[in-house]
Amino acid sequence: MDSRKRLWSSIWPPALMLLLIFIVWELIVRYELVYSWLIPSPIGVGQEMINSWSRLMEHWLATMQLTLLGFVGGALSGIALAMLLHFIPIIRRAMYPVLILSQNIPVIVIAPILTMLLGFGMLPKVLLIVLVCFFPICIAMLGGLAQIDYSLNNYMRMIGSNKWQTFIHLELPSALSNVFSGLKIAASYSVLSAVVAEWLSPKVGLGGFMILSSRGYMPERVFATVLLIVMTSLLLFWLVTLLERLCIRWRPRKEAS
Amino acid sequence: MLELKGVSKSFVTNGERHEVLRNINLSVKDGEFVSMIGPSGSGKTTLFQLIGGLNELDTGEIWLEGNNITGERGHIAYMPQQASLLPWYSVKRNIALALQIAGAGKKEAQQQAEQWLERVGLAEYSDEYPYKLSGGMSQRVSFLRALLSPQKLMLLDEPFGALDALTRLHMQQWLLSIWEQNRRSVLLVTHSIDEALMLSDRIVVLSSHPATVVQEVSVPFDRPRSGELWSTAEFNELKQLIYGLLQAQGAG
Repeated sequence: MDSRKRLWSSIWPPALMLLLIFIVWELIVRYELVYSWLIPSPIGVGQEMINSWSRLMEHWLATMQLTLLGFVGGALSGIALAMLLHFIPIIRRAMYPVLILSQNIPVIVIAPILTMLLGFGMLPKVLLIVLVCFFPICIAMLGGLAQIDYSLNNYMRMIGSNKWQTFIHLELPSALSNVFSGLKIAASYSVLSAVVAEWLSPKVGLGGFMILSSRGYMPERVFATVLLIVMTSLLLFWLVTLLERLCIRWRPRKEAS
Repeated sequence: MLELKGVSKSFVTNGERHEVLRNINLSVKDGEFVSMIGPSGSGKTTLFQLIGGLNELDTGEIWLEGNNITGERGHIAYMPQQASLLPWYSVKRNIALALQIAGAGKKEAQQQAEQWLERVGLAEYSDEYPYKLSGGMSQRVSFLRALLSPQKLMLLDEPFGALDALTRLHMQQWLLSIWEQNRRSVLLVTHSIDEALMLSDRIVVLSSHPATVVQEVSVPFDRPRSGELWSTAEFNELKQLIYGLLQAQGAG
C-alpha cells in the first residue's frame, strides 16, 4: 500500500509535465504558429501511428531483430574481451589504450566504411552494433574486476582457491552490477546504432522507414517512427533492468527515491 | 602437526627494510589449541599469510604433518577477522564453497553444510543471504565454514576482534563448546589475554618490531571449560604473568 503510494508520487509529476508539453505543442500547431507540414501535431502523430500500425510493426520487428543480434553479440564479445584482458595482464596493458582510442571514432563514420567493405546485407549492420555495444560493457566489467573486496580476496587465496575458482565465485559476481551498468548503456546505444545502420540501406527497419517517410514529406510518419524508436530503447533498457533484478538478489532492495 | 622452523620475513617500503618476523619457531600438535598474543603490529597477520602461502619467506621452513608446505596454498582452513562471507551466496552455499575449493563434491558439501547448520542450531539461516545476519551470527557461520573444511589445521585471525564485548563472550563460549566436541588443531591470533586463556592449551607471547617468540605459556585448565573460569585465582595469576610479559615489550 505504502510502496504503491510512493510509486504514484514519483510517477505523477513527470507524467503531468509530459501531458502539459503535449497540450502546448498541440495548441501551437492548432493555432498555426508553425506549419503543420513542418511540425505535426501530437494528435496527428498518434493517428498516423494507428493508421500505419501494421507497417510500423513489420519494420519494428526487423529493427528489433537487428538490435538484439547486435546487442547480444556485443555483450558476449565485451564480456569475453574483459575476461581475456583480466586473465592476461600483458594483453591488458597492450590493448587498453587502443580500446580507448578506438572509441573516438564516431559510429556515423564507421557505418559507411563497413558497408563499403561488407555490402548492404545484415552482416555490416550487426557488426556495427556489436562494435558500439562491446565497449561500454567491456570497460564496465574491467572496472568491476578491479574493485574486488580485499578481505574476500584474501580469504579466497588463504583457503587455496585457484584463479578460475576465484573468478567464478568472487570476481564475476562482484563485477556483475558493473556489467549491468554497461549493459544498460549498451542497450540504448544498440537501438540508436541499429537505426543509423538502417539509414545506409533503407529497405527494411525503422531507420529505413523513417528516411523514406521523410523523403516523401510525411512528417507525421517520421514522428511516429521516432516515437516507436524511443519506446523500443526504453523497452530494452527496462528488460536489462529486469534481468539485473533477477540476477542480483543478494542485497537489500534499494528504496525508490 | 604444524611446525615453523626459523621463519623470518622483512618487507621493503620506500627503500627501507622493515624486519617483521625474526626467527620464529612454533609448533601446534594434533588437536591442540594454540594462541598467539602480542602487541598490535607484531606481524601476526604476516605470519598467517606465510603459513597460508600468500607470501614468500626470507628464511625458514613451514611443515605440516611431515610435509614441507613452505609457499604452498590450500593447506589450511581459515577464519578471518571480517567474516568474509560471499554476499551473493546463501549461508549454506558459503560453507559448501569452502569445502568445494578444498576438493569436496558439490552435493556432499551442501549436505554437510546443512547437517552442521542444523546441529549447531542455525538451520533457519541456512538459505539466508549474509546481509541479513548480525556480526556475531556471521562469525558463527565463518567459524563453521573453517571447522568443516577438510584441512587439518585451522587458522583463526582475531575472529572476534570486531564484535562488542558481550557478543564476544558469547562467541567464545560457543566456539569452545563446539571445538571441544570436535577437536582440530587451531592456531589463533588474538589481542585479548582473557580470550587466549579461555580457549587455548598453550599461549605464545610475541614481541614486536620485529616479532620474536618471547615465551610460551601452557594453560593447565581442564576441559570442558566453563564460563566461571575467569574468576579463579589461577586464571588471574596467568593473566598477570602474560600481561607482565607484554608490558615488558613496551606496548599494548
